[in-house]
Amino acid sequence: MLRFQNVGLRYGLGPEVLRDVNLHLAPGSFHFLTGPSGAGKSSLLKLMYLGLHPSRGNISMFNQDIATIDQAELPGLRRRVGVVFQNFRLLDHLSTLDNVALPLRIAGAKEGTVREHVAELLSWVGLGNHLDVHPPTLSDGEKQRVAIARAVIGRPSLLLADEPTGSVDLEQGLRIMHLFEQLNKIGTTVVIATHDRGLIKRFSHPVLKLERGKLKINRRLGQHKSAQDKPESSKDAQNNGPEDLRADPLKQISTGDAVDGSSS
Amino acid sequence: MARRRDLPLERDGTGRFLPWLIALMVYLACLALAGAVMLNEASARWQSGLTGTMTVQIPAPNSDRAGEHPTLVAAVLDVLNNTPGIREAQPLSHEKVIALIEPWLGQGNVANDLPIPVLIDIQLHDDPDSGTAIDTVALAIQLEQVAPGTRLDDHEIWISRMLRLSRTISAIATAIVILIGVAAAATVVFATRTGLAVHQGVIEVLHIIGARDIYIARQFQVRALSLALRGGLLGLGLAALTLALLAGVAGQLEGPLLPHFTLTPYLWGGLAALPLAAALIATLTARITVVRTLSRLP
Ligand SMILES: Nc1ncnc2c1ncn2[C@@H]1O[C@H](COP(=O)(O)OP(=O)(O)OP(=O)(O)O)[C@@H](O)[C@H]1O
Ligand SMILES: [Mg+2]
Repeated sequence: MLRFQNVGLRYGLGPEVLRDVNLHLAPGSFHFLTGPSGAGKSSLLKLMYLGLHPSRGNISMFNQDIATIDQAELPGLRRRVGVVFQNFRLLDHLSTLDNVALPLRIAGAKEGTVREHVAELLSWVGLGNHLDVHPPTLSDGEKQRVAIARAVIGRPSLLLADEPTGSVDLEQGLRIMHLFEQLNKIGTTVVIATHDRGLIKRFSHPVLKLERGKLKINRRLGQHKSAQDKPESSKDAQNNGPEDLRADPLKQISTGDAVDGSSS
Repeated sequence: MARRRDLPLERDGTGRFLPWLIALMVYLACLALAGAVMLNEASARWQSGLTGTMTVQIPAPNSDRAGEHPTLVAAVLDVLNNTPGIREAQPLSHEKVIALIEPWLGQGNVANDLPIPVLIDIQLHDDPDSGTAIDTVALAIQLEQVAPGTRLDDHEIWISRMLRLSRTISAIATAIVILIGVAAAATVVFATRTGLAVHQGVIEVLHIIGARDIYIARQFQVRALSLALRGGLLGLGLAALTLALLAGVAGQLEGPLLPHFTLTPYLWGGLAALPLAAALIATLTARITVVRTLSRLP
């Protein structure tokens, strides 16, 4: 799925912010990525979503070496990766709906189904009444949920989320985690960067720990997928508003074939 | 796909200056083109009016030998009419010669005793290849012997000078149009780079989400096309007004030497192509600029 070999990264002529990173994410795995502020979490994710070239080392994604791949194939790889940016990076001139629809439209999905899918997903994250407003008028928590919806709308093979619960309350946070776990169940590989120890403790996923640019993998004992957490998140969700929140959120996410098109 | 507008290109200010610059450039290119085309047409008309003709000029007689003059003229005509290749040689009537002089001296000012040369208008055979080409040098010598001071003018020098002039002006006009095209392309490069810088954040997000470079380029392209077309049509409109005005003013000034200031359909076609060419240049330039810039992204 994703493999880093002796990867190092420096910005410009600065010091290496990532050093000798070796890691392998198996398909369908679920990892937390944690570490103190400035440790390089966002930078590592940036390498994972091909937003930067590593200064050294090798990265291969979906079994393809990034350094030698044909440039024309990169957009296709990127479409299989969903990213929740730490600072959201929503497009302010587009409505909430158009922001979330972006990955589908870029991938050339049929316009007829896009609106419907997007509206359903947005109401699932509690933004059903904010379809046509623009990001600058949203609260941070709302922006975060729009960003998450945009990351998952295309059913990515790899989901990278940078502090996806940093701006929402616990309840919303668990709801979002529930969404990620559902995605993970149907095969999406997930990496979530977070400072939130409470969140990490609630789930039994392995933790990647970054410290000053060095990566330590903490495999955790007794890793039981997310089975034990599920009642909790469902319970939380149950109390929340009129919609049936236990409903499978993925029903709203468009099917993979809708976004598979290589046309653009 | 063309209607996709993920980039807020309408808001970056490019729309405010690009159409005006393109309008100005198309306007100047239109005038250069119109000038060159009209000059070419005029010189072609003059040339076709002058080829196939020659003029013989017999100087006015000295007053003491005026009596001999008619015999000289008759002798010259005799030589001319016996020269193979000449279809017809006709002396211009005294009145016609005076009419030719009048524009310089004013009507009725030509004095009766002004020594006026005799002009003989010669029409050659239409087909110069029929073995009847005239040796103008030999003919001139022959005429000089019959009537000293007689000059044979085959308009060659005049025609060749005029052709050289009109060719030079055409070349200059073509160079001007090309330079304007280059300037338009440079302007679009500049505007597109500005747009790329202004929208860098959005472009990065689109890029990471998996947008192809051409997907992003297409939006710049469509924008450049519409701005350039708008500006180009404005420039064409202004040029058309200017030319119509010029044609109107020149029309009041009938003169044999002035180029006819007519706007032929051929010319209109050429002018109408200029805004299209500007739009094409803008589209291609925007595309190339965006694709080249984006290819440097990781
Ligand atoms: N664009 C950049 N140019 C130069 N240096 C950068 C850039 N982005 C990050 N850095 C540096 O790289 C290091 C790691 O930053 P990064 O954002 O990856 O940390 P982080 O672990 O995500 O921190 P946080 O938890 O605060 O989000 C920091 O020292 C930061 O100053
Ligand atoms: Mg960070």
